Amino acid sequence: MEGNMSLSLKVWRQSDKNTAGAFENYKLDGVSPDMSFLEMFDVLNEQLIEEGKVPIAFDHDCREGICGSCAMFINGRPHGPLKGVTTCQLHMRSFNDGDTIVVEPWRAKAFPVIKDLVVDRDAFDRIMSAGGFVSVNTGNAQDANSLPIPKEAADEAFSAAACIACGACVAACKNASAMLFVSAKVSQLALLPQGQAERNIRAEKMVAQMDSEGFGACTNTGACSAECPKEISMVNIARLNREYIGAKFSSTAV
Amino acid sequence: MSWFSQTLTSSIGKKLLMALTGLFLISFLVIHASINAMIFYNDGGETFTHWGHFMGTNPIVRTLEIGLIAGFLLHIADGLILWKNNTEARPVNYAVNNPSANSTWYSRSMGLLGTLLLIFLVIHTAHFWIPNRSNQFSTGEELNLYQMMLDIFQNPWVVLIYIAGCISLFWHLLHGFKSAFQTLGWNHVKYNGFINFIGTAFSIVVPLLFALMPISIYLGWVD
Repeated sequence: MEGNMSLSLKVWRQSDKNTAGAFENYKLDGVSPDMSFLEMFDVLNEQLIEEGKVPIAFDHDCREGICGSCAMFINGRPHGPLKGVTTCQLHMRSFNDGDTIVVEPWRAKAFPVIKDLVVDRDAFDRIMSAGGFVSVNTGNAQDANSLPIPKEAADEAFSAAACIACGACVAACKNASAMLFVSAKVSQLALLPQGQAERNIRAEKMVAQMDSEGFGACTNTGACSAECPKEISMVNIARLNREYIGAKFSSTAV
Repeated sequence: MSWFSQTLTSSIGKKLLMALTGLFLISFLVIHASINAMIFYNDGGETFTHWGHFMGTNPIVRTLEIGLIAGFLLHIADGLILWKNNTEARPVNYAVNNPSANSTWYSRSMGLLGTLLLIFLVIHTAHFWIPNRSNQFSTGEELNLYQMMLDIFQNPWVVLIYIAGCISLFWHLLHGFKSAFQTLGWNHVKYNGFINFIGTAFSIVVPLLFALMPISIYLGWVD
């Protein structure tokens, strides 16, 4: 497809975890404004392969904004300049012909770079393993409405559950704090009856794991929520604070 | 580690300590601003000295003062520890960063504003509190704080330092007041408007009142 944009790209290249990285400059012509940002990267990578160079490694999967893979820090913002979208939902029409675009990986001690723009987000999985679940024995599905849940609680839990664990909150936060992520994961269960049994221990364990991963503390700047592709609210962080402080001072786990 | 120290040394616990000591220091600012505003009676310091004497000699107030010093030290030490931890959480910085797109500069600069306030606090206590308390310890007599204010605020550089201190306090409070409630988990649709209004009003009124004191004395409005 013939396009009409020419771009200068400045992309972080790093061959592995232990090697120092640096920016590389690329020129790309014929970019259609209708391409997604990731499609533009596909075109760039094909150009690199044709030139006999190593293509740029970047995470991507669903390309429809629900998997949370496409971590790119674009011109100083996670997922680029638009609000409430992931990189795959960002289109080249958001940029101008002749623009220089700087692309970096997420920067956090807890998210080490694996290669180029790919970072290791296993820290999030370890936080989930620490308590982000309900222990329920499987069996027959219960009758509908056997567990009454207020509509408001269901909606609020659903809004928190919209978190796709992309890590934009950590990337945007000046402290590389994971509070918005953890608060969403704690909230989605704290608001529902199924989450009550492990409510206290969940908050305690998930925060302890978050701290041991090396994420920073929360300064309440609101950068996380402003950059979140799923627009997770700061109300969840206040809830996590209540859950954690309440659990610490009331639970019998010494 | 006991559950209690474990709680207070967790990331949320450190923030809880910041919020509680911050709100305690805010309550101190109310008392400090109210009593010092007695100089605006412009009665040669009579009302101010009356209340200054009460604050400097009343045994309950003097006991609470120990708590105030502890509050300051905790807030400062905890703030420095958080600043260190938070800096370490991002060892490699972004080459291009545009944080003004998602947050206010003063919410991101609480450590810097706090450091400026700490420098101001050292200068300010060296002017009044330390000489006065040392004199009380050695001779049992209070110093004439009103006369000291009139003398010290004749120097335009001192007045400028005090104004800079008040400006730092304004920005620090503008984020800190509301942030403390969020840290305590008090984010509720029924109270957010009230907290925001009181937070902003407090951040403007108190530093303005403080700044007017050296300015009024320097310009001779109060003598």
